[in-house]
Amino acid sequence: MNVQEVRKMFPILDQEVNGHPLVYLDSAATSQKPVQVIEAINDYYRRYNSNVHRGVHTLGTWATDGYEGAREKVRAFINASSTEEVIFTRGTTTAINLVASSYGRENVGPGDEIVITPMEHHSNIIPWQQVARTTGATLKYLPLQKDGSINLEDVENTVTDKTKIVSIMQVSNVLGAINPIKEITEIAHKHGAVMVVDGAQSTPHMKVDVKDLDCDFFAFSGHKMCGPTGIGVLYGKKALLEKMEPIEFGGEMIDFVGLQESTWKELPWKFEGGTPIIAGAIGLGAAIDFLQEIGLENIEAHEHKLGQYALSRLSEVEGVEVYGPQKRAGLVTFNCDDVHPHDVATVLDAEGVAVRAGHHCAQPLMKWLDVTATARASFYLYNTEEDVDAFVKALIKTKEYFGNVFG
Amino acid sequence: MSLGNQLDTLYRQVIMDHYKNPRNRGTLDGDTLSVNMNNPTCGDRIELQMKVEDGKVTDAKFNGEGCSISLSSASMMTQAVKGLEIDDALKLSEIFSSMMLGKEFDEGDFDLGDIEALQGVAKFPARIKCATLAWKAMEKGLKEKE
Repeated sequence: MNVQEVRKMFPILDQEVNGHPLVYLDSAATSQKPVQVIEAINDYYRRYNSNVHRGVHTLGTWATDGYEGAREKVRAFINASSTEEVIFTRGTTTAINLVASSYGRENVGPGDEIVITPMEHHSNIIPWQQVARTTGATLKYLPLQKDGSINLEDVENTVTDKTKIVSIMQVSNVLGAINPIKEITEIAHKHGAVMVVDGAQSTPHMKVDVKDLDCDFFAFSGHKMCGPTGIGVLYGKKALLEKMEPIEFGGEMIDFVGLQESTWKELPWKFEGGTPIIAGAIGLGAAIDFLQEIGLENIEAHEHKLGQYALSRLSEVEGVEVYGPQKRAGLVTFNCDDVHPHDVATVLDAEGVAVRAGHHCAQPLMKWLDVTATARASFYLYNTEEDVDAFVKALIKTKEYFGNVFG
Repeated sequence: MSLGNQLDTLYRQVIMDHYKNPRNRGTLDGDTLSVNMNNPTCGDRIELQMKVEDGKVTDAKFNGEGCSISLSSASMMTQAVKGLEIDDALKLSEIFSSMMLGKEFDEGDFDLGDIEALQGVAKFPARIKCATLAWKAMEKGLKEKE
């Protein structure tokens, strides 16, 4: 993989911000988009914008082919058995909410347990809090190791026959931890629980095979993997999806509508009420083509190298604490002496370096880390070692700047 | 060393001084008006206590966590609000809000003092919410009292 060639495909990277070349290190929040994706969306709106699944006219057929073609791309990308198992949603949050509101409320009762971890994103905590609240179930948290990783023995000890749902992120957006989803799924299944995976931070960066993981549900977002915002995916095993009730009702999702009762379309459309996110799905399809052309294994190796390089560069800077395990995805979450992460991010921004500061939608994890906020630099296929160098250089300047104003 | 004028307009010496040595940090005893507020997008948090007697703010203290801008703003706000009638405190809050939005404002008879140092925040839209947190807490408390 030639990073300089890759960078040329991302027009946004070629600009100055605050008088410095842009160093974009916030891809875990949202990735940038290559021309292929921008053009695919543009092409849809310029040439064949139309509603899907209903028009007899030619544009309608083209739009339907584009939309359903994207579904097939997603299916192949995650190795689902059929497109019936691929539901388009607004993003990971909507996908998890769909599982919680439909499967969760139907299959969880008083005294049952739902198991998650303290490292989850809010979108994989609150839907389960709501299910627990309305069904009388208990929300249990897996303990974490000191470095934030998951020990399978703890999973064995936490998941019981009362557990109905286990829901865990594959890669942590804060710690960068890569969780042993396949092994956890096996334990969940042994106890008759279903396994839900938040794949928002893994799908963009590593090969995901839902059959190999054997998980029951898998959720991810398009915008973190070079696609547009507003599109995401819920994968679910067909046998489970077939028994689930839709949570949104209206156009698109119906088979027959009577005055008092209606019936639903078959999978996957029964879960896609209303005019779907057509341009978003087409854009996601283009993003998948793009990522596959470069190769997920190449992207993963590149990011791993950058992550390790960043760790070693940061270890040279006095007063910087990095959170999370050594074995990690391509991101570093850190704090720097007494300088508050917002102040770090503002000073870095003045140097053209874009990082995230705050609680990263993971307040329980911040509590677990015993911090109120952190800063995070996250890498993607278009980042280089020079980006890491610029980041570390700006961080040293930040320390000096605040050292001086404090001094 | 300096990262240039742009940052220096944000991180003025007087702001750093309030950050380093916050005024009125702590808790008040007795019958007080308490407001807890946080900024859910970034995790900043303030617990503000005010003593209001005969329609006048006679004392104010705060605790909390946050960045240099949010803590220094809380420090300055508690200083400024002490001794003001409720109406005047709310008026001052409006002036501060205009200042943050980069709008023209008339300070009238108020002596803004240190608060003027926060004017630079207006040029950093991502940080305005940091500066206004303590003021919003004060407004909320006093409006409920009214």
